[in-house]
Amino acid sequence: MSGDTGAKNEVGLAEIFGAFLVIGATSFGGGAMAYLRHSLVDTRRWIDDPTFVQMLAMSQSLPGLNSTNMAVLAGDRLRGTLGAAAAICGLCLPGGLIMFVIGTLHHQHAERAFAAAMLHGVAATAVGLVMAVAVQLGRKVVSRIDDLAFVALAVIGVNLLHLSVLVVLAVVGALAIWWYRPRAELQQPPAQ
Amino acid sequence: MSQLPALIGVFAYLSLLTVGGGLAAFPELEHLTVDVYHWLTSTQLIHLYSLGQVAPGPNMMMVTAVGERVAGVAGAAAVIIAFFGPTSLLTLGTGRLWRTLEGWRWRESIQRGLAPVAVGLLLAGSISLAKGALTTWTGVGVAAAAFALLMSTRINPAFVVLCGAAVGLVVFGGR
Repeated sequence: MSGDTGAKNEVGLAEIFGAFLVIGATSFGGGAMAYLRHSLVDTRRWIDDPTFVQMLAMSQSLPGLNSTNMAVLAGDRLRGTLGAAAAICGLCLPGGLIMFVIGTLHHQHAERAFAAAMLHGVAATAVGLVMAVAVQLGRKVVSRIDDLAFVALAVIGVNLLHLSVLVVLAVVGALAIWWYRPRAELQQPPAQ
Repeated sequence: MSQLPALIGVFAYLSLLTVGGGLAAFPELEHLTVDVYHWLTSTQLIHLYSLGQVAPGPNMMMVTAVGERVAGVAGAAAVIIAFFGPTSLLTLGTGRLWRTLEGWRWRESIQRGLAPVAVGLLLAGSISLAKGALTTWTGVGVAAAAFALLMSTRINPAFVVLCGAAVGLVVFGGR
């Protein structure tokens, strides 16, 4: 890890765990990435902005949740494997405990009429939320007609053909990577 | 106890599908937990996923609740380790490798190509969720209102979903 730009090496494990625990406990509303950027780049200055953007791109291309991938990458930069473990544990602990309690309550009370009505409302708003997230991300990512074609292929594969997500990811993903394959003339101008 | 190996297998597999976000794995999550293993009903899964939007932190901590329902505390712990362990190790390894691949020209292709596919999988997950969650026209109206609100303001999404509970009590409570 030596020689990295954009990371301090003297950050303690407890400090890393504490920082991610605070993010894990306060990032209501799904935008954990914004909280991570604010904490790591702006407040603590553990990672600089270009490094963060680079790690964000990686987090998005790899399997795993974007926020937990970011925690692993940032923790690793700061303090190696143990730093990565401290970061992801801190990030997941509060939400995990809350969902454990919510799951238990749901188990016991979901059949009650008032709870069923509330849950119906929560589920409907959650649909509005996930649609908004997909559209907002789509606006950022989809800039050309071929991008739109890959979006459509993934939706058709999963929702209409009922293919497994794994199959769609493998086939459409491979096709898209090949479509945007490196082209010699664009990437490397011929040497004189 | 006997469910633990199945829980671990299912959630380790699901974690590998979450390219771009947890919702990408939702159709497969529903298929495996509801249709294949009968751990819970589709409605219960949709409830837990929706409630998960209210919790802070990574947006798939709802997997904890599925593990709890199937096998208590041990189930919750097993699911957490299975869902976050393998992908974290993969990210750790790839993160180190990625830096040594600075000049590798396919790197850009992978990022460029997977981005629209991730959006597509996210949209597909949203559609799967919508199919199960929107069982009435009133529900469709509530979803559309939440969508419009979130697209046009900077209101906190967790707050909107919480308000959904109050709206639900009013519009669906009469039955």
